[in-house]
Amino acid sequence: MAKILSYTKKETWIDALTGVTKLAFFLAWSIVSMITYDTRVLGVMFILSLIIFKISKIEVSQVTSVFKFILFFLILNVLFIFIFSPYQGCSIYHSKTVLFPIAGGYAMTSEQLFYELNIVLKYFTVAPAVLMFILTTHPSEFAASLNRLKIGYTVDYSVSLALRYIPDVQRDYTTIKHAQEARGIEMSKKASLFKRTKRMAAIIFPLIFTSMDRIDVVSTAMELRGFGKKKKRTWYSARPLSRNDYLVLLFLLVFCVGALVITFSNGSRFYNPFH
Amino acid sequence: MEPIIEFKDFSFKYRAQKEPTLKDINLTINRGEKVLIIGPSGSGKSTLSQCLNGLIPHTYPGKIKGRLTVNGKNPKKAGIFGMSETVGTVLQDTDGQFIGLTVAEDIAFALENDCVEQSKMIQRVYDVADELDIRKLLDHRPNELSGGQKQRVSLAGVMVDDVDILLFDEPLANLDPATGKSTIALIDEIHKTTNKTIIIIEHRLEDVLYKDVDRVVMINDGRITADMTSDELLSSDLLEKAGIREPLYLSACKLAGVKITPDMHPSHIETFDVSGVEDNVQKWFHETAYQPENNSHETILSVKHLSYSYDQAHRVLDDISFDIKEGEMLSIVGRNGAGKSTLSSLICGFMPVDEGEILLEGEDITPLSIRERGEKIGFVMQNSNHMISKSMIFDEVALGLEVRGVPEDEIKERVNETLKICGLYPFRNWPISALSFGQKKRMTIASILVLNPKILILDEPTAGQDFRHYTEIMEFLKMLNRDHHVTIIMITHDMHLMLEYTHRAIVLADGHLLADETPARVLTDEKLTEAAYLKRTSLYDLSLKCHIDDASAFVERFIAEDERERDHG
Repeated sequence: MAKILSYTKKETWIDALTGVTKLAFFLAWSIVSMITYDTRVLGVMFILSLIIFKISKIEVSQVTSVFKFILFFLILNVLFIFIFSPYQGCSIYHSKTVLFPIAGGYAMTSEQLFYELNIVLKYFTVAPAVLMFILTTHPSEFAASLNRLKIGYTVDYSVSLALRYIPDVQRDYTTIKHAQEARGIEMSKKASLFKRTKRMAAIIFPLIFTSMDRIDVVSTAMELRGFGKKKKRTWYSARPLSRNDYLVLLFLLVFCVGALVITFSNGSRFYNPFH
Repeated sequence: MEPIIEFKDFSFKYRAQKEPTLKDINLTINRGEKVLIIGPSGSGKSTLSQCLNGLIPHTYPGKIKGRLTVNGKNPKKAGIFGMSETVGTVLQDTDGQFIGLTVAEDIAFALENDCVEQSKMIQRVYDVADELDIRKLLDHRPNELSGGQKQRVSLAGVMVDDVDILLFDEPLANLDPATGKSTIALIDEIHKTTNKTIIIIEHRLEDVLYKDVDRVVMINDGRITADMTSDELLSSDLLEKAGIREPLYLSACKLAGVKITPDMHPSHIETFDVSGVEDNVQKWFHETAYQPENNSHETILSVKHLSYSYDQAHRVLDDISFDIKEGEMLSIVGRNGAGKSTLSSLICGFMPVDEGEILLEGEDITPLSIRERGEKIGFVMQNSNHMISKSMIFDEVALGLEVRGVPEDEIKERVNETLKICGLYPFRNWPISALSFGQKKRMTIASILVLNPKILILDEPTAGQDFRHYTEIMEFLKMLNRDHHVTIIMITHDMHLMLEYTHRAIVLADGHLLADETPARVLTDEKLTEAAYLKRTSLYDLSLKCHIDDASAFVERFIAEDERERDHG
């Protein structure tokens, strides 16, 4: 429970990359996979994602709950696309191969199936990249790397402090939940959803108040140590780019350009196997 | 002697308040001095410290009258950043003030903000880390350190800036007794080696006086009521008037009819001259009758061979067994991480038991849910804010009954009755935000008590409280225990609490049960106190100095006598 979505040090070359490289990778990877619907490109990216995920040695237990969450939205997304525009695939690929009729105006077509497969692939290429970025980037390096992208350092710090406090808030949540359960406020699934939502307030309010206390203390501490004194600041943990960083960045550049060229070579963002 | 801090007819009134919090302060502190500022809660001692580092008037606005100069600067004009170059503040809550994710980054924080070049920064961090002996910890996360190491890291983060004045805001508040002692020693060492001006704000006089201070300034009700050496202060009745606890060995001497004078050097037990005291103390010891209380009630809670581990690697609790009798008031002590919280979490059912049993009135409660156990065993958290979810007092106390579907009439009756017991009935329709700390604590206790638990477990019930509030809370708990027959278990660092209000102490260290003894025995046992990060009581040293062989009997007699005196005013 304690270590969901928080950084843990691992001895891998991915871990050793600088925050800037990881951020660049994360952004480029997400953008490319959002733009392209080219199944070949997405397929390659998906396989690469899996390989990278494997190399980064992230423990599966750290991401299962988040992964389930993503999966839930994925299924929802795919279902809704089918319900609201069952022939989206046909209009994209300019053909209609009915596999079997369902009911009313609905029928399953291979084009639609293929189109939705692309959507699923997109999810599966982006998700590992996001998770890997969060789990292998030390939050303070994250702040430093945002700063390199010329984002003001107060913003960088608020982001990295937020990341840093995730475990603390999780711990507070558990403590408060236990104390309230002992008083009889049950969170188990026996209670109705309405009751549970109402009782959730018994945890959320104390949690907000304790978090505000925390913020108060840390902002005073930061101010007393000169945070915000100057327009710029330096970073203790800033690291120069290493050979691996340059290699990754170079690969990223080549890959992205290549992916986009392949994607747009036939005049649309879609790869069409039906012609 | 060159003055570094000068208050001249200084007053301060917070914007939201009618009365000034500081009134006519005239105080001069010289360069290189080590000054202790004491005062009860709400006396204005923290306000005074916030005037020095510029938080007043910049973060907490208000009206200043008179003049304040700190190292030639006026904090009002210099601002918080300007003052941070002169005054280094070590805040009370070490956990909350860590900003960096590693020790090194946290130390470097002030330098980063000052745009110091990376290579210089690293050198400077290494130097300070060497000075404070934490070089090995530079790559660790601050949160995984022990209490004493955390103190060193937060001190390093302040000293890295090469400030002239070090300001410690209640440095002992969250520390176990042994760590507190070494912190005071560390501050003393820094004072001696760097010759910085040191200001310590505390209300635990005996613990701070473990090492010499040049002067003690006492603040009460916004005014300076004493500015003298510690020997002089301890020989006066000013402490009693302000409601600050004097060192225990001096209380004992006073009970024995001795008058304390400055030439006895009462500041430390080591230097305390007992030649004129010894006879009185011995006489008092032999004349005072003492009968140990005998609790012959039934066993209410029985813990048998309890073990627990978060991971396979090491056990947080290892084969713990003890019995608690009905109507007992006992303490569970040990340093942070010794397993105290794990033990209480297992008893309350917050975590499943790995091995062993917990019997409540002879019945195994391990299969019961948190909620079911909550009706028999109430748990009161250290931080009241963790428990409060309503805005009105009545609603908060009624919550536990409401969710159990108790009829409305009965809820009203039971809540009112509980509020009467807790002395909160007149405030029943007040918003919670209007309550003081002590009242809030009583309200959270009321919200548990309303469920009629047989046992009440309290986590650090008096943490951070001054003597008056401490006494208020503890006397309330004693009343609950005596008049309402609630068995009370307290998890604590506070040795005074353990000595004065509990009859038994369960001592944990590294998951093992080290002792199950009377507090007087525990705190007079050198080996035991060391292993459990406690501190031997100064009464023990006094009894040795006065050639009384049975130190624990002496301590027991003193506590019993002291209690009698308190009960009869």
